[in-house]
Amino acid sequence: MSASEDRLRDLLVQGLAGDTATYHAFLKELSAHLRAFLRGRLPRLPDEVEDLVQETLLAVHNQRHTYDAGQPLTAWIHAIARYKLVDLLRRRAGRDALNDPLDDELEVFAASDTEADDARRDLVTLLNRLPDRQRLPIIHMKLEGRSVVEAARMTGISEAAVKVGVHRGLKALAAMIRGE
Amino acid sequence: MMKTDELITMLARGAVAVEPQALQRRYVIALGWGAFGTTLLMAIVLGVRPDIAEAARLPMFWMKLAFPALVVAGALLATVRLSRPGMRLGRVPAAIAAPVLAMWLFAAIVLLGAAPAERPTLFFGDTWVYCPFIIAALSVPLFGALMWAMKGLAPTRLALAGASAGLLAGAGSALIYSLHCTEMAVPFLGFWYVLGMSIPAAVGAAIGPSVLRW
Repeated sequence: MSASEDRLRDLLVQGLAGDTATYHAFLKELSAHLRAFLRGRLPRLPDEVEDLVQETLLAVHNQRHTYDAGQPLTAWIHAIARYKLVDLLRRRAGRDALNDPLDDELEVFAASDTEADDARRDLVTLLNRLPDRQRLPIIHMKLEGRSVVEAARMTGISEAAVKVGVHRGLKALAAMIRGE
Repeated sequence: MMKTDELITMLARGAVAVEPQALQRRYVIALGWGAFGTTLLMAIVLGVRPDIAEAARLPMFWMKLAFPALVVAGALLATVRLSRPGMRLGRVPAAIAAPVLAMWLFAAIVLLGAAPAERPTLFFGDTWVYCPFIIAALSVPLFGALMWAMKGLAPTRLALAGASAGLLAGAGSALIYSLHCTEMAVPFLGFWYVLGMSIPAAVGAAIGPSVLRW
């Protein structure tokens, strides 16, 4: 197990326990690894890389309850990145764009790339297409950084409904990306 | 335009702790409701066999329960592993195949030891015409519940994951159906029960790639 894997795993485990600062650090570091990994896999679709980094980060977040702390983090991340990569290529109906075999799971943390291109897909535009019961909780809690209590007061729905709205809204966002 | 760093900040902000047993809890709920639905369906439409008290004294009755129960155990292990990205199946497929192969071996011994005139009865019993279809029909509540559970997780091999959840539903259904069914011959169970369990597994494999996407 590599040092960066150990480190990232610790960050994720603490993040899953509710430490948002550590979770932020995890996602940040992960995004650089994903970018390098996906850039290497998509040499003919360089414009798609940042969109796919974002889609994969959203998938990691939405599916974070499926990580087993006893499992190698490399295997978990690689399987998610690979799944989203294959999904993208299927959508583009161009599996020939793939130049490398995909079963190289050790490489997922091998390189890191913090130079982000601009994404082409704007997640804010997609967010605005969500129904209010999901859009407003996400805007208040996730973008403006308000508490559940405040978000509930501002939207006039219950605190439980705010939490459900955020959760379902982020899943719906992933579904919209998939359906593009 | 949302930059990746802004997305990260958005995702991390207010992210609450994740329940460590979330996946297990999901399957407990799905199996509980699914088994409840399938049992209710069996009890209302078919009813428990009237001679169950006498049948329970026969070792064959318990073997008939143990066979689908072992397939349930193996398929549950496979289904749980296939719900987590990057989790290997390891020897789980062998654990699923083992009880089926043991049944076939046992069936071959029974058939070879029987008089030729008795062999058709041992294989076809009285209910071969509808047994597999009843197992498949009874599996619907379990099948729906398990697909719901898996849909909220993250399978990456969708056809295989659908097949595994389908097999789990089919084996669970066979286990519950065996409280009604009066067939007690190993050759019958080894073929018609296996066929019954395979129907939801095949349906799961067919619909997995579209239903289980995330």
